[in-house]
Amino acid sequence: MIQREVTIRNKAGLHTRPAAAIVKLAAKYKADFFIEKDNMEINGKSIIGVMTLAAEQGSKLLLKFDGVDEEEACKAMVDLFERGFDEPM
Amino acid sequence: MPPTSSSKEIRFKGIPASPGIAIGPAFIFRKHVPSVYVRSLSEEEFENEIERLQKARERSQYELRKIVQFADQRLGPDQAKIFEAQLLLLEDQYLFNTIIERIRKEKKNAEHLVRDEIDKYHRIMIASKDQYTRERADDLQDVCNRILRNLEEQKLSSKLEGSFVIISHHLAAADILLFSRNDILGYVTELGGATSHMALLARALKLPLVVGVHQISTVAQTGDTIIVDGTEGVVILNPEEETRAQYERARIELKKFEAKLAELRNQPAETLDGHRVQLSANIELLEEIEFVKQQGADGIGLYRTEILLIGREVFPSEDEQYEHYVKIAEEMYPQQVIIRTFDIGGDKFMMHSVKEKNPFLGWRGIRVMLDKPQIFLDQLRAILRASVHKNLAIMFPMITSIKEVRLSKQLLEQAKDDLRRKGIPFDDGIQVGVMIEVPAAAVIADHIAKEVNFLSIGTNDLIQYLLAVDRGNEIVSDLFQEFHPAVVRFLRRIIERGKNESVWVGMCGQMAGDPLATILLVGLGLDEFSVVPTVLPEIKKIIRSIHYTEAQHVAEKVLQMTSEDEIKTYLRTLMKHKFPDIPVH
Repeated sequence: MIQREVTIRNKAGLHTRPAAAIVKLAAKYKADFFIEKDNMEINGKSIIGVMTLAAEQGSKLLLKFDGVDEEEACKAMVDLFERGFDEPM
Repeated sequence: MPPTSSSKEIRFKGIPASPGIAIGPAFIFRKHVPSVYVRSLSEEEFENEIERLQKARERSQYELRKIVQFADQRLGPDQAKIFEAQLLLLEDQYLFNTIIERIRKEKKNAEHLVRDEIDKYHRIMIASKDQYTRERADDLQDVCNRILRNLEEQKLSSKLEGSFVIISHHLAAADILLFSRNDILGYVTELGGATSHMALLARALKLPLVVGVHQISTVAQTGDTIIVDGTEGVVILNPEEETRAQYERARIELKKFEAKLAELRNQPAETLDGHRVQLSANIELLEEIEFVKQQGADGIGLYRTEILLIGREVFPSEDEQYEHYVKIAEEMYPQQVIIRTFDIGGDKFMMHSVKEKNPFLGWRGIRVMLDKPQIFLDQLRAILRASVHKNLAIMFPMITSIKEVRLSKQLLEQAKDDLRRKGIPFDDGIQVGVMIEVPAAAVIADHIAKEVNFLSIGTNDLIQYLLAVDRGNEIVSDLFQEFHPAVVRFLRRIIERGKNESVWVGMCGQMAGDPLATILLVGLGLDEFSVVPTVLPEIKKIIRSIHYTEAQHVAEKVLQMTSEDEIKTYLRTLMKHKFPDIPVH
């Protein structure tokens, strides 16, 4: 299992569109994917879970990947967060 | 016990949320909230139960896609986005896999487990500090109910035969849209505010809506005749013949009148002899901007920032405030937006820790902000940062002395210095104004005007303080007189003093939006009117149909009068004669 800490960079925070982008990307990989914030852990392949995070700009999240392609999954997901979900930052 | 429906005329007062008048039969819409029972399943039932869930999910997706498609056609892609989140929730494979697993493991029925599983998330979302997330909790609830209804294989009952006024305890934006496939005359609800999605949709569909009408769905019955006046916020059940005829006339006049007003949208608020005034709108929510533009406003004369504090324990950060202010500045550009700094206390946003015997004479408005300079500075920096397009102005509420004006300006300079040091750009020439809402400020308006760029008269508080009448107190509320000669003289005095110092004088209180006062206010020389968006076209029409010289004459005459009755009778006669189609009180 690998873990990475990421920061929400886009202005609007983790609203519906970025949540959908995260779930869509996670679905491409076999590895299990979890997101932890403020001691709450949710399944990153579930939009309902991601929506409950209420992560605004500047929030820190811990991403956890576990599975055969965890390296690739982690790289792609961290990149999505780094790009601020391609939204205004 | 609430009264039950009979043939007697009953009047209800609610909150006007979308203007217009509707008359017709009521349809009581009891929103189906499925009751969920728990049932244990036998081994043979599992697969059937899972299939039932899949079908309900597909049916729900189908319904929502229809709604999105319909919203898109009828109102455009922006409005359709409201329902996007719900559709995404239905596509959540993890959520449905979890429910299916639980059906197998716990041997319980789908209804119970759908509700139980979604509730887990719902509880987290409604407890969120983030308003956006709390709003999404409603979406989640709506999706949950949709699946449950489809599990019961109940079809959505949105098809109606005939024209109706829909009455409900609560309506979601989706309900308003679905009903609009029928011939709907208007809407009345018990819950809801004037600024919800529901209200925005009703306005976009140009249907009258009155919200916050106490117990209407238990008192009224389907088929009862009902009048909805979405402009005044009045609902009349079982109107007598005379009342009905009166509203019928008003409705027809309104339709004709609205058609004429629409033509006014791009016309300036200018008298026949070329005297131009600024006609702006008062708003609280960013969502109102679209409507304000539709109504043909010259800008925002009062943006109430207290809305940012609702439901919060701590003040919003500079960054968070900046987000709001920059949005409104950009969306209104190039028109001007006047942002009023937090006006808390009195009857608005009491800090829980403070108990005062007489809050209206207590710690409120600028007094609070000057005692909490850090909070004030956060807000001032946020406004300044959003001012880069040079279309923002700052306004201080509840000023009673020059000292307060100077202290506030000093803090503004301090905020500017902070930004300069950090190299953050802002509009150094940002206009600064003061609300004149305390008699003391009115008396020293000339001194205040020397310190600022504009004055804006807040009539609600000014009248209350000047006449010593609490308008929330029913025993004396009829003594709250907008047209009391003392009020008129005061207005004259403030406007003159401002003009002598070459600052512009506006008004953002209720009186600015009262059609009965328009001619008088133009005649007194008021430069800016800031009104609730719904009345804006009416006020513009009045301004565009009079001569400034004539309005000045009216003001002179009114200034000679000795009682409110005399003044109102005079103005009413004038209005009836000149504008028979504009209702005045």
